[in-house]
Amino acid sequence: MKKSHKITTVTALAIAPLVLSACSGGGGGEKAGGDVNTLSIVDYYNNEPDKSLVQTALDRCAAELGVSINRETVPGKDHIQKVLQRASSKTLPDVLMLDNPDVQEIAATGGLSPLSQYNVDTSGFAEGILEAATYDGEVYGLAPTVNTLGIYYNKELLEAAGVQPPKTWDELKAAAAQLTSGDQYGIAFSGIATYEGSWQFLPFMWSNGGDETDLTSPEVAEALALWQELVNSGSASASVINWSQADVKDQFVAGKAAMMVNGPWQIPALQKVPEIKWDSVQIPVKEAGQESVAPLGGEVWTVPVTGDDAKQAKAAEFVECISSDENQLALAEARYTVPTRTALADEYVSRVPEMESFTKQVATARSRTGKLGEDWPKAATVIYDAIQLSLTGKASPADAFKQAAAG
Amino acid sequence: MNRTQDMQGTTAGGHVSLTRTGKSVPAAARRGPAPETNKLTPRARKFSREAVVRLLFVAPAALYLLLFFGYPVVKNVTMSLQDYGTKTFFTGEAPWVGLANYVAVVNSNLFGPAMVNTALFTIGSIAGQFVIGLALACFFKRRFPLNNFLRSMLLLPWLLPLIVSSATWRSILDQDSGILNQFLAGLGIISQPIPWLTSPTVALLAVVLVNIWVGIPFNVTIMYGGLQDIPDELYEAASLDGATGWKAFRHITWPNLQPVVSVVLVLGVVYTIKVLDIILGLTNGGPANATQTLSIRSYQESFINFEFGVGAAFSNILILISLVFAVIYLRANRRAVDD
Repeated sequence: MKKSHKITTVTALAIAPLVLSACSGGGGGEKAGGDVNTLSIVDYYNNEPDKSLVQTALDRCAAELGVSINRETVPGKDHIQKVLQRASSKTLPDVLMLDNPDVQEIAATGGLSPLSQYNVDTSGFAEGILEAATYDGEVYGLAPTVNTLGIYYNKELLEAAGVQPPKTWDELKAAAAQLTSGDQYGIAFSGIATYEGSWQFLPFMWSNGGDETDLTSPEVAEALALWQELVNSGSASASVINWSQADVKDQFVAGKAAMMVNGPWQIPALQKVPEIKWDSVQIPVKEAGQESVAPLGGEVWTVPVTGDDAKQAKAAEFVECISSDENQLALAEARYTVPTRTALADEYVSRVPEMESFTKQVATARSRTGKLGEDWPKAATVIYDAIQLSLTGKASPADAFKQAAAG
Repeated sequence: MNRTQDMQGTTAGGHVSLTRTGKSVPAAARRGPAPETNKLTPRARKFSREAVVRLLFVAPAALYLLLFFGYPVVKNVTMSLQDYGTKTFFTGEAPWVGLANYVAVVNSNLFGPAMVNTALFTIGSIAGQFVIGLALACFFKRRFPLNNFLRSMLLLPWLLPLIVSSATWRSILDQDSGILNQFLAGLGIISQPIPWLTSPTVALLAVVLVNIWVGIPFNVTIMYGGLQDIPDELYEAASLDGATGWKAFRHITWPNLQPVVSVVLVLGVVYTIKVLDIILGLTNGGPANATQTLSIRSYQESFINFEFGVGAAFSNILILISLVFAVIYLRANRRAVDD
């Protein structure tokens, strides 16, 4: 009897922490109606300097609209997971930033509210970025600035070798070959088996007339053949299949690559290494006279459906404010991205001359989801699988796309 | 443990004494309902109290298992039978699709290679870890200066976060500027740099090598403990009979280490078969899908393609395979305890 009493107490004590811990944790969400005083915001600018630069723009809009903001930044890798999590727990923020190729997929779930509902003016924006943010004829978000890809080159190395920045594929191959010596490669790009690899391949594929709706076309295969030739000839490292764009930048900064395919968001990092003198040109085309078509990158600000109409209306105003002319120029200048209102291009280039080639590239740039919409991720997977197959010598460029498409 | 056994003892004792008293009761009275209930009431009360106590002992563990193992496993199984995608998170709708996800998994071109890679990765890793681990454990059994210090240094790979080690190994194994290739070239062992992480034929080997490095501390630690349990007298007696060195290992160490060996191997398999972080960090399943394993497939289907149903199906197959080894482990463990 005595013993069992003791045992009961001991067991009860053992259970206690479990029961207690069940009580703690799990805060409550806030629900406010009527007057809107605060807006919650989620974005993925979690690294400096972007984090504070974006904060400045957000603060400016908050002051203009007379609201306080509650911002959360998450790492880019976890962003969509976070969005899905918050969607299922009904705690989506009032203003949500999305990477532009994700907008249509999220809009398709019914989780975003169309901006036309709030009479947001979407005129004057570059067509590509509107296309990316449009689902079923409705615009779901606005991007203040965008980015794209170009070729960076190391001025000193090119001058020393007497090489001009390439404009066509033949010039690119010749220049890369000439610039390769010792442990220095002519060119670096990212052929990694992620969406980054597909994104880097697009400008070559699109400029050559290839299209994501038919990845088995000869134009697409030719673009892959160019990459394969660069690797097989030794002008690019075989490691490109494992390099992210940040790795590519590291190679360029270390002087191990004379040219690289990369975007303007790398400029702040490049400016930290003043020894490297660089400039940029548009992605080369196969034959002179063709138009260089690069993909549009950048983030779109959207208004998720939270069920609070007053807040959603305020959030729409906020989204409109982030993309105002003033904010576009300020963000573009600080972050080395291109304003999305086409009318601002000239003024922007006069303010930030380093961005000339990128601004030109953006004018003709295409969105990744423009044609395929929410099916884009599948095509992107086929593209990076094909890149891997051909650059590792497991398949010819044409067969690579067939094999990759087979799953 | 002791407490429970104690309690079982009392229960058994109580039963015996009760039956004895029962025997002394006349047969007619025993058949009568009234005295039977009279007799049973105190027993039932006692029995129920003991049952409650027993239940309370089990409850915390049961609750924990249900919450943290039962729920995820059940959720994973149901998820694998649903079309669970991005939309589900917004609408809460996940239509039942029966076995369609499993059909998609088995029919995907990567399923076969992933199975083969999982097997090669597991067998290669375990073989390497075990042989090197055993050799090192035997080595550290001797007494020599700095033995303890060196043995604790050996734990280092275990203490590093796997993401850190895989990032470090990625740069060590780099084809162009990696220190391993430069080292091998400096020794004159290789003339051409080895494409550790860039060639589909070599990448799996590279990943296995890194995983062996990660697993050695575990193997050494467990087997060193096992070696300590082998009495020195056995070796002394054997050396009198002329069995030293290899013979001593073959006839004393190996048979006496058997229970520990089986535990190390089976635990090793269960740990290795689900390895994700090392492969993600080193190759991300590439190049050209050469290092795709079941766990990588599961991760990529769920968190890259957001096909959570297909991802769950992959991971259920993985759980099933692990389960087989877990059962083997439990049996081996019981045998080890019996021994």
